[in-house]
Amino acid sequence: MRAIGIILAGGNNNKMKELSYKRAIAAMPIAGSYRSIDFTLSNMSNSHIQKVAVITQYNALSLNEHLSSSKWWDFGRKQGGLYVFTPSITAQNGFWYQGTADAIYQNISFLKKSHEPYVVISSGDGVYKLDYNKVLEYHIAKKADITVVCKDFPENSDVSRFGCVKMNEEARIIDFEEKPLVASSRTISTGIYVIRRRLLIELIENCAAEDRYDFVNDILLRYKSVKRIYGYKLNSYWSNISTVESYFKTNMDFLKPSVRDYFFKQYPDVYSKVDDLPPAKYNPGSVVKNSLVSSGCIINGTVENSILFKKAYIGNNCTIKNSIILNNVYIGDNTYIENCIVESHDTVRANSSHVGSNGEIKIVVEKNERYGL
Amino acid sequence: MIKKEMIAMLLAGGQGSRLGVLTAKVAKPAVAFGGKYRIIDFPLSNCINSGVDTVGVLTQYQPLRLNAHIGIGIPWDLDRNIGGVTVLPPYERSGNSEWYTGTANAIYQNLDYIDSYNPDYVLILSGDHIYKMDYEVMLDYHKANNANVTIAAMSVPYEEASRFGIVLTDEDNKITEFEEKPEHPRGNLASMGIYIFNWPVLREALIKMSDVSNCDFGKHIIPYCHEKKLRLFAYEFSGYWKDVGTLSSYWEANMELISLIPVFNLYEEFWRIYTKSDILPPQYISDKAHIERSIISEGTEVYGEVYNSVIGAGVTIEEGAVVRDSIIMKNTDIGRNTRIEHAIIAENVRVGNDVSMGFGDERPSKLDAKIYNSGLVTVGENSTIPNGVRIGKNVAISGNTVAEDYMNGVLESGEYIIKAGDAR
Repeated sequence: MRAIGIILAGGNNNKMKELSYKRAIAAMPIAGSYRSIDFTLSNMSNSHIQKVAVITQYNALSLNEHLSSSKWWDFGRKQGGLYVFTPSITAQNGFWYQGTADAIYQNISFLKKSHEPYVVISSGDGVYKLDYNKVLEYHIAKKADITVVCKDFPENSDVSRFGCVKMNEEARIIDFEEKPLVASSRTISTGIYVIRRRLLIELIENCAAEDRYDFVNDILLRYKSVKRIYGYKLNSYWSNISTVESYFKTNMDFLKPSVRDYFFKQYPDVYSKVDDLPPAKYNPGSVVKNSLVSSGCIINGTVENSILFKKAYIGNNCTIKNSIILNNVYIGDNTYIENCIVESHDTVRANSSHVGSNGEIKIVVEKNERYGL
Repeated sequence: MIKKEMIAMLLAGGQGSRLGVLTAKVAKPAVAFGGKYRIIDFPLSNCINSGVDTVGVLTQYQPLRLNAHIGIGIPWDLDRNIGGVTVLPPYERSGNSEWYTGTANAIYQNLDYIDSYNPDYVLILSGDHIYKMDYEVMLDYHKANNANVTIAAMSVPYEEASRFGIVLTDEDNKITEFEEKPEHPRGNLASMGIYIFNWPVLREALIKMSDVSNCDFGKHIIPYCHEKKLRLFAYEFSGYWKDVGTLSSYWEANMELISLIPVFNLYEEFWRIYTKSDILPPQYISDKAHIERSIISEGTEVYGEVYNSVIGAGVTIEEGAVVRDSIIMKNTDIGRNTRIEHAIIAENVRVGNDVSMGFGDERPSKLDAKIYNSGLVTVGENSTIPNGVRIGKNVAISGNTVAEDYMNGVLESGEYIIKAGDAR
């Protein structure tokens, strides 16, 4: 592969409510045994990108823990590797990353020291499969300066949380609106870009010289008529997690056979950190219907239309419906949970009830003493 | 200079012929256990959890699966700059080359490997037992007794004692007598096949006994040390320990994992068991499925019913299928409306639709009544079973079977179909 990868995993988003209090969105658990950054990391690895930088700053603890070894994605070779860049204070700079462009600028030596001609930039919160080589071929064929991977959304869908693009007939992007109130197009940017390394260095340095910090506003929008920016349409599954609703929906999508088949059975695979957990255990009294269950779970109650992440304990006579139970949760006996996301490491007391009503997803954060129960 | 206080030598070369078709193509230590594990994971995990970071694994019989599983030892953190895991197959030498002819002979042929680590103590393990043991505690005990040899031992029922090496001890647990598989046992403290030797003592014994054919620890080395009036001690172990050398004990040990609070608990944080696991998605349980008292591994999809069973990774149990009291290993498919009772089905097997397995009266196996005897249906790996056939009890099946192999669509109790040439 003639490209290096940059994963922008620094983001926080207050639309994720309590779920992002303690972790970066890139570290949000997905589909039982993955985290959202696994999809981008696996895509990079499967596209034979050997050198990848993950740029992170917000609440990076669980992300750093997840990336503590790069072997799961087959990085960590003598050539290339996985680099995690958190902000560091230097004599010249005492700031956090002030935006995506600034985050790249503060680590520009990574770009300068590399020799690969291209850079693939992706956010860490997308759930998708993509061979970046295809985008790169397209980028070269179009003689583009920047290629933006785009996705068409159905008419009438709400795209106000995305950047919306307008393309002309040869797929050149002629207009770009960031999070428009009223969108004039249903084609959105997925936050995946291909750009020549030298051009990226030049744009980022110009940006920094003018005290501008954001990749989308200060590069894509500003240069849209000066540079040849093209859109590459992605026609396969793509979802990103930026709100509680989209997070819930993305997870629930994995209950569909077609989505599971696409991600888990078709080439190439998605990789994640393997925890050494025993098989899931179904005790007498367990009733499980249409659910995903991860390793290390122990089930004594009823689970329907739900996703149990690793090491969930479901007590006797519990009912879990239409919910997501994140990693290492203990749910005491006789508890009823419906339309909820139960935060990881929670201990939910016996005989309690948590229901998200009126179409709302309730986030349950219950930090009780587990072993005193 | 390289120096390890204690290194382990893990005997993993045996066939384990009493596991029948399960070990036709793989060595016993590589047989799957408890859904996602293989038998060798238990001693390997014990090693790393005990701080023993240098392990020589002696292989001989069908080592392919074992080699692939162990690799460079990453799952057990046994990929080390110095030490780690080393697979030791028999090798050719300029003088007389030979296979490993016995447990002690295998160690004798690897004196150079052990010497290269300059150890004070050598721990001898076998690759076919399910247990959790802290070898460091055993070593402390060995040192405290100023022992030359320490043998881990546990109490067994008297009626079973004649299957084991029995140690008789004085009040300080010093071994006064050792009897290998005695007909009339005078004690019930059985050797578990786990030994700590002072390396100079073992080295000397191995060289002295090198001419003995089929040189074995229980039969030759321990009696030799005993005759020489060395200090032999028994280290009494009272935890869970299971020899999974026969189909029925293998089946039982698996079934013990599914009880409400298993005696051998894999869910404890302390003393994890590690294994090489593929990166797999969670398991999917459909709205038509029903599961009771079972353990199920990653990537498996259940559309049918599962009772009292141990299911490996990547298994598919299709709609209408009912699996009871059975062990189903990795990547096996169970077809629609198939009923399976009391069976052990190895890896990568395809069982067709509408099959009944494990039904009818129990009759002794015509293949080998000593091996196939607890009513279990045993299906070897990479086998195929066609749609619609009926299979009795005490049956062994191996290979790609087709409808013509089943007379009138039935394989009676006690019968067998072995298609893959050397599989027995």
